[in-house]
Amino acid sequence: MIEARGLGRTFTTRQGPVEAVRGVDLDVDAGEIVGFLGPNGAGKTTTLRMLTTLLAPTAGNATVAGCDLRADPAGVRRGIGYVAQGGGTDPALPIGEELELQARLYGVGPVAERTAELCARLDLEGLERRPVASLSGGQRRRLDIALGLAHRPRLLFLDEPTTGLDPHSRGDLWDHIRRMRAEDGTTVFLTTHYLEEADALCDRILIMDRGRIVAEGTPAELKRRVAGDVVTVELADAARDAGRACAALAGLAAVREARADGDGLRLRVDNGDRELMGLMRALDGAGVELASLRLARPTLDDVFLTVTGRSLREAA
Amino acid sequence: MAKVVRDTYLIFLRYLRPTLRNRMVLVFGAVQPLVYLVLFGPLLTEVFGGARSWRVFVPGILVQLVLFGAGFAGFALIADLRSGVAERLRVTPVSRVALLLGRVLRDALLLAVQASMLVAAGLLLGLRAPVAGVLVGLALVTALAVAIASLSYVLAMSTGREDAFAPLLSTVTLPLMLLSGILLPMDLAPGWLEAVSWANPFRYVVDATRAAFAGDYATATVGRGAAVTVALVVVSVALGTRRFRAENA
Ligand SMILES: Nc1ncnc2c1ncn2[C@@H]1O[C@H](COP(=O)(O)OP(=O)(O)O)[C@@H](O)[C@H]1O
Ligand SMILES: [Mg+2]
Repeated sequence: MIEARGLGRTFTTRQGPVEAVRGVDLDVDAGEIVGFLGPNGAGKTTTLRMLTTLLAPTAGNATVAGCDLRADPAGVRRGIGYVAQGGGTDPALPIGEELELQARLYGVGPVAERTAELCARLDLEGLERRPVASLSGGQRRRLDIALGLAHRPRLLFLDEPTTGLDPHSRGDLWDHIRRMRAEDGTTVFLTTHYLEEADALCDRILIMDRGRIVAEGTPAELKRRVAGDVVTVELADAARDAGRACAALAGLAAVREARADGDGLRLRVDNGDRELMGLMRALDGAGVELASLRLARPTLDDVFLTVTGRSLREAA
Repeated sequence: MAKVVRDTYLIFLRYLRPTLRNRMVLVFGAVQPLVYLVLFGPLLTEVFGGARSWRVFVPGILVQLVLFGAGFAGFALIADLRSGVAERLRVTPVSRVALLLGRVLRDALLLAVQASMLVAAGLLLGLRAPVAGVLVGLALVTALAVAIASLSYVLAMSTGREDAFAPLLSTVTLPLMLLSGILLPMDLAPGWLEAVSWANPFRYVVDATRAAFAGDYATATVGRGAAVTVALVVVSVALGTRRFRAENA
């Protein structure tokens, strides 16, 4: 559905060139929900604007919805829907008019039927005559998505679909996105800087930082491969045993990293749940007295921290 | 081609509908020229004598209406850039030319209606002109509106922000207005000023509209004015089309 190679965009500004996107390769299969996760300024929007023909790449090329981005932008436009970060509706217009225009521009008919269908689909019924300005945040976002879906595109781009929404509306929107894929097989490519969103919604995540994709995989893969589980070891006498314990554990194959931390050690361990017994045996063998042992699954923030050296929360 | 026409019509309707819903917009846009007509026009009748002075003054006011009315069209585009409407439309397969022409034609229609209202007001105040002459004049200013609105969109797109667009607009329009002899015919100007005014395309349009209102159709003045108007339309629509086709449009 999307195949990009070496996609890049450098903006020329008065302060000099800004390399917003630097050589992005990506492949998205039909029916996938794939997400770009990264802090503000990572280059997510810029990549999306290139893939949707709004911005010419300064490097690389891509095939989107079966059409070459540079050679056949009109073909790309017919095959995709795009919901921009800030939406794209006129506050003064009634939502029915915006939906109708969108359906006509794509040449889908009968228009009244399609408009009604979209309203039903995105819980906008009865709002057709209301001006956009009178909608709640969640309704407005659903209208943006309805506009993007007017022509039943096979591929939908969503730029930060739930930024600024309350938790309830966010969960509601996630359900809508899941249903789009389940019922119509729509491929969804979205961006987000919310860890929970990427985790909850995406089959596959591309982590983006400073214009590059720095890691990719399913949420589970990313957490497993990149970070390992976090094991916190509390020692009965840290001052006496910490050094010995560290040495004993660092020798184990599953232990990626072991360092002294407060009253004990902090470890990164592959398949932590299975390795716990091994850890205890190794500590026992080294004559270290254990106070407690705690296992925590890594979050995507741990992943981001591992790949970029910064926390996503700080970077954003 | 059929697609361009259809898309243009859709965009035209999109921007026309809000105006139809709120017709006061039409009236407000014509208030300023109307004030000139009512509060300044009678002064000229004292100077030039009744009937002739209205045939000189009303065409000038019409061109002023175009300069300011259609000149401000770009503000609506900047609002669309900001709200994301411009991008949303550009992701659809809509013809890029239609995005310009649909808006411009709506602006021209608005202008034609307002100009007719002003002519009607002129008739009440004492304007007497042949119907054909008035129609020729309205045709000229409507075509001029197409040109001005296109240029306004090009400038709005290039600046992208109200605070940059507004001063640029007033810097451009004020000298153009004064040098076209809108309030008083440029024949009255001292030699150097008149010489400068010949470089201003709007002067030809004002002169031609005045000649038409006076009933002198088959004159070089009308021919020249029409030719300048057509040239302005062609150049500005070409510029606009190029800008709307460009990636950042
Ligand atoms: N039109 C532009 N001109 C100059 N710089 C830009 C432009 N658009 C984006 N940038 C810069 O490119 C970088 C990436 O921006 P963006 O793609 O919006 O990031 P994200 O969507 O991940 O927050 C930022 O540093 C931003 O300032
Ligand atoms: Mg963004």
